[in-house]
Amino acid sequence: MSIDADRREVNQYDLVHPEFVADPYPTMAEVRAECPVGRSTEHGGSWMSLSYQAAQDLAADVERLSSEGVLVLPPQPHQLIEPQPRHAQVTAPPITSDPPEHLPIRKLILPFLAPGAVKQYEPGTRELCNRLIDGFIDDGRADIATGYAQQIPVRIISALLGIDDSQSDRFVGWVRAILELGHLDHHKRAESRTEMLDYFQSQIEDRRSNPRAGDDLFTALCRITDDDGQPLPDYLILGIANLMLIAGIDTTWSSIGAGLWHLAQHPEQRQQLRDDPALWPRAIEELLRAYSPVSMGRIAVDEVDYEGCPIRPGDKVVLSFPAANRDPAVFDDPDVVDFERTGNRHVAFGSGIHRCAGSNLARLEMRVALQTFLERIPDFQLEDPGAVTWAGGQVRGPRVCFVTF
Amino acid sequence: MKVRIDRELCQGHQLCAVFAPEIFGSDDEGFGVLLDGSSEGELDDSQYAAACEARDSCPEGAIEVGEPG
Repeated sequence: MSIDADRREVNQYDLVHPEFVADPYPTMAEVRAECPVGRSTEHGGSWMSLSYQAAQDLAADVERLSSEGVLVLPPQPHQLIEPQPRHAQVTAPPITSDPPEHLPIRKLILPFLAPGAVKQYEPGTRELCNRLIDGFIDDGRADIATGYAQQIPVRIISALLGIDDSQSDRFVGWVRAILELGHLDHHKRAESRTEMLDYFQSQIEDRRSNPRAGDDLFTALCRITDDDGQPLPDYLILGIANLMLIAGIDTTWSSIGAGLWHLAQHPEQRQQLRDDPALWPRAIEELLRAYSPVSMGRIAVDEVDYEGCPIRPGDKVVLSFPAANRDPAVFDDPDVVDFERTGNRHVAFGSGIHRCAGSNLARLEMRVALQTFLERIPDFQLEDPGAVTWAGGQVRGPRVCFVTF
Repeated sequence: MKVRIDRELCQGHQLCAVFAPEIFGSDDEGFGVLLDGSSEGELDDSQYAAACEARDSCPEGAIEVGEPG
């Protein structure tokens, strides 16, 4: 593709078009073959990286492409939510932060999400997965999206934040209203966000007046003081809690769901994992590569001319990690899922300074969820491949996916 | 042979530790290190292939592997 100086209008993709959502890869390959960056005027207009190199280069351009614009799709006019007087300042740092504010906030959360730190969630995740399977194993069929994948990350994030078990179901309700049902009911989404942040606010106040010994993220963030002895501002703690929610839940459930959707169609690969359990970590990375759920957004704050594409201030840019991970310039036979693939330098978790901070927890949840499912239900298949529905936009994964066994 | 992780480039993807866990691990923040916690060291020639796979699996190009003895 060439875009001439007058910024000719072109529409090479539509992030929420049902065909693109159901199977974006042919479109990505077609556009990538012409230009490493695509252009669309749909939904307020955007550019989208399609090659691996473009995703990396544009992700690295943090000076000119700001993370204040992580969400690319605007609400449609009829979906505009009412102003939220409380918590209007609460964003989702550090995903929404640019340098120099970005790094100190990232450093605050990384120790809670390092491989050693997340190990403590493995037994609880396994127990949860087994409990969910107990609920449907005698039925001979289950929706692995809503009945399994979607039930897991929300409870693990709840434990990470230190939300009391007795409040866990309330938290699940808010999260589902915000992430899962929010696109249907924006009033409910706004109301749930306010309720949830009110609850988090009460948690901050409670931890400040009754310090506790726990090592959960909320307790730790409330304990931290700066060089002058000042605690972190409430809006920042609320923002980090909000980040755990918007970055740690539908992303991971999409990966779990897509992994099971794939394995339902590949009995030979289920057998391969039974024959050689040491392949599991590789299999997880390969599934992450092939079915990367997340595309991140940026907003240009300066002119960027990239490969002939004139990105101008105010333009939105989609960093498509799913497209990067199917780039034939980097991955041989990119559309083939190969658990023995070598040189898998996938960017499912992004690249550069904003690389997903929760990747180690996501990997753990995905591995335990898939392993436990295959142990309990070795043979399963899609009930009706054509009936599987996917959510698209910036997080892609199955939303309804019945399997029989 | 020598192996080195560039701490400036590493963003903590942890793919080195996934693909060559006998050589690479994580520090307390999730950034890549050798198993002894350092950023560079000597490897046995028998570890060359694994070290190269880790290098080739790093999205940030943060790993350098020297020539085997």
